[in-house]
Amino acid sequence: MDLDALMLARIQFGFTISFHIIFPAITIGLASYLAVLEGCWLKTRNPVYRELYLYWIKIFAVNFGMGVVSGLVMAYQFGTNWSYFSDFAGGITGPLLAYEVLTAFFLEAGFLGVMLFGWTRVGPGLHFFATIMVALGTLLSATWILASNSWMQTPAGYEIINGQVVPTDWLAVIFNPSFPYRLAHMGMAAFLVTALIVAASAAWHLRRRNDTPAIRTMLSMAMWMLLLVAPLQAVVGDFHGLNTLKHQPAKIAAIEGHWENKPGEGVPLTLIGWPDMAEEKNHFAVEIPRLGSLILTHSWDGQFAGLKEFPPEDRPNSTVVFWSFRVMVGLGLLMIGLALWAAWARRRGQLYSSMPLLRFALYMGPAGLVAMLAGWFTTEIGRQPWIVYNVMRTADGVSRHGALEVGVTLALFVVIYFIVFGAGTVYILRLIGKGPQIDAPPEGGPGEAQTPSRPFSAAPDSDDIAASGRTDQG
Amino acid sequence: MGIDLALLWAVIILFGILMYVVMDGFDLGIGILFPFIPDKEDRDVMMNTVAPVWDGNETWLVLGGAGLLAAFPLAYSVILSAFMLPLVFMLLGLIFRGVAFEFRFKAHAHRRHWWDKAFIFGSFTATFFQGVTLGAYMHGLPVADRGYAGGALDWITPFSIFTGLGLIAAYALLGCTWLILKTHGELYDRMRQLARPLTLVLLGVIAIISIWTPLTHSAIAERWFSLPNMFWFAPVPVLVLLAAYYLLRFLNEDPHAGPFLLTLALIFLGYSGLGISVWPNIIPPDISIWQASGPPQSQGFTLVGALLIVPLILMYTAWSYYVFRGKVVTGEGYH
Repeated sequence: MDLDALMLARIQFGFTISFHIIFPAITIGLASYLAVLEGCWLKTRNPVYRELYLYWIKIFAVNFGMGVVSGLVMAYQFGTNWSYFSDFAGGITGPLLAYEVLTAFFLEAGFLGVMLFGWTRVGPGLHFFATIMVALGTLLSATWILASNSWMQTPAGYEIINGQVVPTDWLAVIFNPSFPYRLAHMGMAAFLVTALIVAASAAWHLRRRNDTPAIRTMLSMAMWMLLLVAPLQAVVGDFHGLNTLKHQPAKIAAIEGHWENKPGEGVPLTLIGWPDMAEEKNHFAVEIPRLGSLILTHSWDGQFAGLKEFPPEDRPNSTVVFWSFRVMVGLGLLMIGLALWAAWARRRGQLYSSMPLLRFALYMGPAGLVAMLAGWFTTEIGRQPWIVYNVMRTADGVSRHGALEVGVTLALFVVIYFIVFGAGTVYILRLIGKGPQIDAPPEGGPGEAQTPSRPFSAAPDSDDIAASGRTDQG
Repeated sequence: MGIDLALLWAVIILFGILMYVVMDGFDLGIGILFPFIPDKEDRDVMMNTVAPVWDGNETWLVLGGAGLLAAFPLAYSVILSAFMLPLVFMLLGLIFRGVAFEFRFKAHAHRRHWWDKAFIFGSFTATFFQGVTLGAYMHGLPVADRGYAGGALDWITPFSIFTGLGLIAAYALLGCTWLILKTHGELYDRMRQLARPLTLVLLGVIAIISIWTPLTHSAIAERWFSLPNMFWFAPVPVLVLLAAYYLLRFLNEDPHAGPFLLTLALIFLGYSGLGISVWPNIIPPDISIWQASGPPQSQGFTLVGALLIVPLILMYTAWSYYVFRGKVVTGEGYH
């Protein structure tokens, strides 16, 4: 591999976006979870829900902050590193991003302060409203950015005038062919990510005999979510795959390691193997006859394009996406397995006590994140060599920087992201480890003329502060 | 269509950047003032004055970027790729600053000082490179074939380094007067003392930039001193002196919101001075907002949203500030 400026710019984008997407995914899931918890608290006045709200909002705050600062980088990277793409396609990606800022980012940021610190400053109804606005903001944000990404995957509603993309039909731009599938797939992924983290947190406490009603509620809610969404995600994923086959057949061929069709014969499903881009074949392939046809054409001997039907310079890297796809699907199947096992244990009254189940749930904690990243690797590497599919090549969109500048900034991003977001992850795990506090006072400063004296934390969490007897918790 | 979309968009983006400079200006100013206030409790209070709003304040920077991409894709791509390095340094600074808000309170006591340092370092870095970028932008950018045609380090000039340092002074005064508004007691007294030298430093910065800019930028000098423009421009220095005079007078009394509002006036005047120097170009020295415009379909589509939603944003932002109004004091049971 040639580490030229283009490759470095791609690695930089891949690195920064991969780190970034982790936080919004958790934010999307947690914000909705918090809205549900607060709604349940207001409706039932069962303190368990309030306890859980005040517990998860601390984690939400840390995670949200990391999402904000890593997202800011993305908004500028289109220009710093992909200036020819931005000049070419800014007429479409720009307005979509601008609408994301206007409708989503400001909504989240504007109501976040009240959500985090306003528990005692505004009435319960207004506070609930703030939580809902933040949750709505996270969902709107995902909608706009996925419209933009989907347009780059399956462009529609535009024409090219004087070398620039000009929108002709905004509805066609936004509701481009892959958008509904990607939105559903990613939205559900965010919910799965969060459900698995919540379940793993509960499992960790239960395994340590920290068995409280709040922790049981956590596990129960997470497992219901998983049971509902994990199987549905498989169905949506199948639809998404068929959509990709229609619009990006080279991506599907690369995912399946499918090089060529044999006359009159169905396509096998290659379970495992090692696609070799140079030799144009799979090594060590384990195949199931006709299953590829069955999955992708829903018929016994249907055929779909093999990689050899595309010129070598238009082929995505099959070695990578073959495996990233299998990681995603494998983890998805394990999620369904966990959901079914938990449902069965629930029926037998063992949901909170089955040690093997709890251990499985604990290990599956990061599975949602890994599966989501693997899915994004698949769809993004699978659409290469195009930055706008069949319209602009990635190599033509990159800024003309030297490898040195791109390399230096990449190195800075890598070092700083690992330090900063590594520390953040430690703090989040520490917060999770503390568990919900039954007597946690509500956040917000004690008096009218006060702002909370400790931002972004809903309970004393650093040891010295607890020891100093601070009772505020804002 | 009779509407000048490019003009409207230039106004919206200028407004967004002004909102950012003002609002994140006082957030960053608090980080710049941190080294002067070693006491942990005071630092807690300082951070808490902006904790509920810093994220919204920073969002104006994203709006500036996204608006530029939507309305003037050429300007977005040329300016951002030209200033890749200072912008990346700024973004990394903002990362340290942003996470410090939360991490500072999650760290164990013996490690907290690291996040204090990260907050200081991040605030200084972000501010300095914003100022550097601004100064380098005033210099102008060579463009060829719709791309930036200069070198990766062209942004480093004595003038841009000076504007970087100058912005640190401006944000420090914003942060200082914000704290006069939001605190009381010792911290308030300390800020009131600091505000005077900071005001004088900022006045000096404005004076030097006002002399230096036309000396080294003949195009801007021509713009300033040609006849119809001079009438527009003449009130700016007068108003700057007036604002500074009242600011210093306020500091003799027992001020509340006055110094902050007058600092806002100073920032606004400096900003408008820079705007007059460049207008109507968006990529100095010679690409205008009309030449850099994206498709009118894109500008129009986004304009509808901006005109409908920005007033709403201003309303709920104001509400959030209202909810957290009043002086911030140290938590009860703290001492």
